[in-house]
Amino acid sequence: MDIEKSIQELADRLQYIQDIFGASKHEDVALLSSKLAEFRARETGAGMADKVKMLSQLEDLFVFVEKKLDPELTPMDKVRIVRHPQRITLKDILEFCYDNYTEIGGQDEYSIDPSMLIARAYITRRQGDKVHNQPVMVIGQEKGHGQEFRNGGSVKPWGNAKALQYMKVAETENIPIHTYVFTPGAFPVEDYPGAAQQIARNLYEMAALRVPVIACFSEGGSGGAEAIALADTRLMLSHGYYSVISPEGAGAIESGIRQGQRAPAELIDACATRLKITAEDNLRMGYIDRVVQEPPLGARPYHYDFFKRLRQEMMMATDEAMLSVKGMNFIRAKAIKRRKQAALADAESFFVRWSLDERAADRLVWKRYSKFRNMAKNACVDKTPASRRMADSLQQMSWSTYSYLRYEFLRTYGQKVKHLMEEAEAEVRVVAERVLRPFKRSGAKKVDTQTIQKLTELSCAEDGICLDGEGESFYLSPKGREDKSVTCPNAATHGCLDLWAPDLFGDFAGVCQYCGHHFPMEYQWFMHNVLDKNSVMEFAQDVEAGNPLDYPGFDQKLEEAKKKNKLKSSCVTFETSIEGIKVVVGMLVAPFRGGTVGAAEGEKFIRALSRARKKHYPFLAYVHGTAGIRIQEGTNGVIQMPRATMAVRRYIEAGGLYLVLYDTNSYAGPVASFLGCSPYQFSVRSANIGFAGPGVIKETTGTDIPPDYHMAYNALARGHIQGIWDRREIRNNLVQAFQIIGGRNLYYR
Amino acid sequence: MQDVKAILEQIKASPYEEVEVLAPHCGVVEFKVSGEGTKVLAPSGTWKEKPGTLLATLERERNPRPITCGRKGVVQKVHAHLNGKFVEAGTPLMVLRHFFTKDEVTQQILKKVLFLFPAPERAKYYFTPETDKKVKVSGCQSVKIKDGMELFIVSRMKREKPLTYMGPEGIIYAVYFSHDMNVDAGQPLISVCPESQMGVIRDVVNRVQSDWEERD
Repeated sequence: MDIEKSIQELADRLQYIQDIFGASKHEDVALLSSKLAEFRARETGAGMADKVKMLSQLEDLFVFVEKKLDPELTPMDKVRIVRHPQRITLKDILEFCYDNYTEIGGQDEYSIDPSMLIARAYITRRQGDKVHNQPVMVIGQEKGHGQEFRNGGSVKPWGNAKALQYMKVAETENIPIHTYVFTPGAFPVEDYPGAAQQIARNLYEMAALRVPVIACFSEGGSGGAEAIALADTRLMLSHGYYSVISPEGAGAIESGIRQGQRAPAELIDACATRLKITAEDNLRMGYIDRVVQEPPLGARPYHYDFFKRLRQEMMMATDEAMLSVKGMNFIRAKAIKRRKQAALADAESFFVRWSLDERAADRLVWKRYSKFRNMAKNACVDKTPASRRMADSLQQMSWSTYSYLRYEFLRTYGQKVKHLMEEAEAEVRVVAERVLRPFKRSGAKKVDTQTIQKLTELSCAEDGICLDGEGESFYLSPKGREDKSVTCPNAATHGCLDLWAPDLFGDFAGVCQYCGHHFPMEYQWFMHNVLDKNSVMEFAQDVEAGNPLDYPGFDQKLEEAKKKNKLKSSCVTFETSIEGIKVVVGMLVAPFRGGTVGAAEGEKFIRALSRARKKHYPFLAYVHGTAGIRIQEGTNGVIQMPRATMAVRRYIEAGGLYLVLYDTNSYAGPVASFLGCSPYQFSVRSANIGFAGPGVIKETTGTDIPPDYHMAYNALARGHIQGIWDRREIRNNLVQAFQIIGGRNLYYR
Repeated sequence: MQDVKAILEQIKASPYEEVEVLAPHCGVVEFKVSGEGTKVLAPSGTWKEKPGTLLATLERERNPRPITCGRKGVVQKVHAHLNGKFVEAGTPLMVLRHFFTKDEVTQQILKKVLFLFPAPERAKYYFTPETDKKVKVSGCQSVKIKDGMELFIVSRMKREKPLTYMGPEGIIYAVYFSHDMNVDAGQPLISVCPESQMGVIRDVVNRVQSDWEERD
């Protein structure tokens, strides 16, 4: 027996306990360290048998103390556990949970992004004498045991792109995907393909992957986690965390400190508790399906039993996902159900083929959508009266019926007839022209100049805006009522003269006449000056932002925001028309808590998309501004990213036209999901668009970014958005976009 | 050619520059610095994105515009009697004393002594092969040039043409372009120093680098 090695292991375990608890459990630490020192002192004189005995006693003591400390772990302790260099990593899991694996495109730091690890692995199953090697695609963040080049599991955009690529490969090969989430959050760079863009793309594609995805969370930090975690079954390690923001980040926001300073440790601890980030919390709220129990104080690479359990759980989850959509499953599904209740499952005792046929895959995608659609349903306040709910559902049913008749039934036959008619008409025309040519007068039909101008000339923003004519019904910004002048921020570089506020915010729509800088305007400006007069018909207005985590002090802040803005959430959904084109609009309003998205906003957005789908209207997401996901709602907020993205995908696949228009500043979660996945994203000039604001980038990566990093023109250059519009031209451009992109008959393909 | 040492002595005699802050436009001025002797800072940050110290505000049409400090220094004089008064554009508001830094002193001397040869158009520039060889082997300060010498190749959009040097005879003191960068029209390509002055200039520059005391 190697006594020295065992002592070293115990010393490591002691160090680990110290690291996790810091100063809080000094008695236990002192006991262990004194016992260890005592053993070392007595070891030199003792015989081998004594040494072994003493060592086993000491080991027992360690086990005892660890077991005793385990229930006392606070959420912040768990955060320290997952960040510890001794924590298990994806490589350990690949080594111990799978029977063999090949890493794809990576060898230590030589990889497109060392923090994203892809491996083609297999699990061996024995069925009587038969051996089945079941392939899986393993995708996950690799933190490494403190390796610098892995960025602590913060994946850069190209790493997420690689993950997506291999998800598609798995789909082609019809093998399941196991993803392991070990990330504190994505690495905030806008370099192509862009952090936000790539996460949005991943979410969009994962929403309809035709193979089962099983995700296992250890450290799930917001967007970085979502990039690979949109899964059919979501497992979570008992000592892991899944959160919208790191407790330090939440502490910094709560205490309102400036960049470079640190929030007090007690506040960070409190935030970790308030955010409800632990496995039990997430299980209770329904964002994960099962908790995988870890050994006391968290799994470390030498906990072989734990790896065995994890392997069983992953297999069982995959089996379950397969069986739930397959045809023949009755007895085995029952067996799984029974085993789920047992402490340690034995998944290897029967065989499930890990591949799906076309129809099963359809069922799988639908099941995934339904699963996410039902999440976070109770996290917002819905005060819609019962009578209206009833009326709404009746109305929706009638739209569905109409939609079926009009677009499914009639179109199938109607189009056949129409095509036939078109062909016949073309034939007749050719014949008629031949016959009538000698009698026809020459010369084309005259078109009046106005029409020609309208069709051929570019519109000119400087000619004035939509304010001409019936001025009284238009919205005038309160900033335009003040008798003062305003200086353009570009005055120093562009020599802009001061502008009189009533001119600037009234006639010029907040656009500097000298350099074209766009001052922020209120969302009402868009509603009144872009959309048709009196055409706004709001719906789902009774869905209110709530405080699902009972975050202290948040109720009051919400009340204030509701009162100040006369809104119930930062998302306003309405039906409207622009030059007669009927549109459903989902609008994020910046003054309402920064335009942050929580459960209510997500729900409203999804309902609006569903309305647009049923009524066959185009959908416009007008983002007046958004600061990201509302942190006080914790995972209730984060889950809106995959939820809303899935709704978007469903809408687009049904044939919808989804257009996004950013005004002012738009950052983080929404941009990295349901907004960023739109193929048509436009921005108003002088808007800022990105994944993380400059402060967050400085804090997480330590690098300064140029002041114009997030400017719309840079976003355009990086391929994030597809065009930049002058504010005075929004209306014309929207009409143009709807007609061009939506086609002549607008909307349905 | 001017005496380099004399220039240095001249700078040493008054190692600062008095910068007069003028009202950029008309308005009511309100001073924000306490008084003489106050240290003020220039814009900072990698991209000079953080503005310098706020010196005063100038309010016109209920729009108070900040006047911030463009150069680091010490407030020498504040025309305090103007505080709260309406001033015309161009009215002196305060005087700042800016102490020269090492680089500024070096630049001043070089500017007076050296001849800068400007780029005639926006393009990429290279030395002709023979000069290029010399520069690569023993550095640019070993190359002697004279008026009418074919010295550069102008390269733009795959079009290449020779460019002759026009200016006084001398030695190339510094090169301001690199092979992969476009040079804007009017930007200097090289600076040229009379051969006799080379030693003196090197001496003086070294002396400035080692001796000049910077004030903060």
